Amino acid sequence: MKPFAYQRADSIDDAISAIANHPGTAYLAGGTNLVDLMKLGVSRPRALVDISHLPLDHLTHRDGHTVIGALATNATVAADPVIRTDFPVLSESILAGASGQLRNSASTAGNLLQKTRCTYFQDVSKPCNKRAPGSGCPARTGAHRDLGILGVSTSCIATQPSDMAVALSVLDATVSLRSAAGERTVKLQDFYVAPGTTPHRETVLEHGELLTQVAFPALPAGATSRYRKVRDRWSYAFAVISVAAVVVLDAHGRIEQVRIAWGGVAPRPWRAYLAEAELRGRRPSPELFERTLRAELRHATPLPQNEFKVDLVKDVTTALLTDLAHPAEDRKVTR
Amino acid sequence: MKTDHTSEVTLRINGTEEKVLVDHRVTLLDLLRDRLGLTGTKKGCDHGQCGACTVLLNGRRANSCLKLAVAAEGATVVTIEGVADLTEGDGLHPLQEAFVANDAMQCGYCTPGQICSALGALAEADAGWPSHVTPDVTAGVKSASELGAEEIRERMSGNLCRCGAYHGIVAAITQVASGSNR
Ligand SMILES: Cc1cc2nc3c(=O)[nH]c(=O)nc-3n(C[C@H](O)[C@H](O)[C@H](O)COP(=O)(O)OP(=O)(O)OC[C@H]3O[C@@H](n4cnc5c(N)ncnc54)[C@H](O)[C@@H]3O)c2cc1C
Ligand code: FES
Ligand code: FES
Repeated sequence: MKPFAYQRADSIDDAISAIANHPGTAYLAGGTNLVDLMKLGVSRPRALVDISHLPLDHLTHRDGHTVIGALATNATVAADPVIRTDFPVLSESILAGASGQLRNSASTAGNLLQKTRCTYFQDVSKPCNKRAPGSGCPARTGAHRDLGILGVSTSCIATQPSDMAVALSVLDATVSLRSAAGERTVKLQDFYVAPGTTPHRETVLEHGELLTQVAFPALPAGATSRYRKVRDRWSYAFAVISVAAVVVLDAHGRIEQVRIAWGGVAPRPWRAYLAEAELRGRRPSPELFERTLRAELRHATPLPQNEFKVDLVKDVTTALLTDLAHPAEDRKVTR
Repeated sequence: MKTDHTSEVTLRINGTEEKVLVDHRVTLLDLLRDRLGLTGTKKGCDHGQCGACTVLLNGRRANSCLKLAVAAEGATVVTIEGVADLTEGDGLHPLQEAFVANDAMQCGYCTPGQICSALGALAEADAGWPSHVTPDVTAGVKSASELGAEEIRERMSGNLCRCGAYHGIVAAITQVASGSNR
């Protein structure tokens, strides 16, 4: 690891001015991703600005809105009684990721900004367009079993590994980004950018901008929400694929609203907007879900080793939506 | 003296205040083992993947291999060397006793991390935190005393044991979770 300078930020303004206009510097929150990448030589900051003591660990539920501070830990968000009651999809997504001790250190912002687990990105001896722009991507012809099938580009097929981001995506969350110029609010869906020919640019976050909080509105009355994750082992593993969903049925049992997001398949949480629009107003059935999801996945561009993800994500989503669309009295909760 | 690449940090480790000058690259794990001689805490993977380095940081379990020592300024740390002092009396902590009684180790390399992690996990359950296998996340759990083997396995999944002593580990933690001697 390269030697680096370190500074503990005493205020938000302090933190921003210590990073902005200083190339090669980075914010340090829980450090569970950044320190790992520094050990691997993937991240080589000249200086770290420790934001972990800033007053950004708030978690409030007021006027129909939930606001989560950038530094609220994954563990406290998952354990929050209101999140567990009103947004179980979010608690479940966090609890399905990492380990108990990692979730205690990991912050909300750090989770959303964690880097891909693509092995080429993590191995500095290999080319990688995301890590070393223009160096090439060995994944298409090499190991791509865990990589993306939707929204990928010829330059990069890496996936965003955050579970929490997938759940926040179906909650229609926004993120607040603060710079010296002021604060802007961006939809989480627009926060992650398509890789195109510049996969090193993953989000709209500018250097020096600080993610201060995440916010989302209450779900409609009667909404049910869940997260389901497929892993190579039962616990403590990143998603092969995952599904977050919100379902609201009308008085006649038809789908009033449905939101579906996928993890492990794309460089961002993948909202299945086409399927959502197609399902609205229809009477739920496994056959309908399956048909509609198949149409959404027509745009998938899988490679030989990850072709299985197409059927896997379709089948797991069909099962999850079928569970959620059961009338409440006989709903059987399965995981 | 502080330079661009070093800082002085003060931590409270197992009840003793320690003031040390650290290179910013030094993790809490390396500080404990190499500078302070507290070699009970183990390095397995050094990347957050095995749990051997688990300590209690400000009362919660954390991977010391991913925590920069400089970022732990002001923190209170309990390592395996300080676990026995968390309870009254001169002997071992009840959880340590239970590990011995249940044959919860073979080579013992993962044991300090397992014990610190289990202490954290029991406190989390006592606070009502659900886990991935809790049937209803909304309800959570009432306390650690209601945790069955499946819950303990899930909550301890961040701690790997190369010897595969999991059976004894789960038995030891279950014994302490269900007892009142914590
Ligand atoms: C073994 C292992 C298993 C894991 N398994 C999973 C899993 O299954 N699912 C999952 O979702 N995650 C998993 N993770 C990842 C984990 O969730 C992330 O490491 C964690 O959430 C990152 O949070 P942090 O606060 O430690 O971020 P840091 O490491 O401190 O920061 C991460 C990045 O975000 C930037 N950053 C942090 N805060 C801000 C801010 N406020 N504004 C702007 N930039 C900021 C940092 O500069 C850095 O680039 C795993 C990690 C490990 C090590
Ligand atoms: S040494 Fe820290 S988790 Fe393996
Ligand atoms: S007892 Fe040997 S690694 Fe667990």
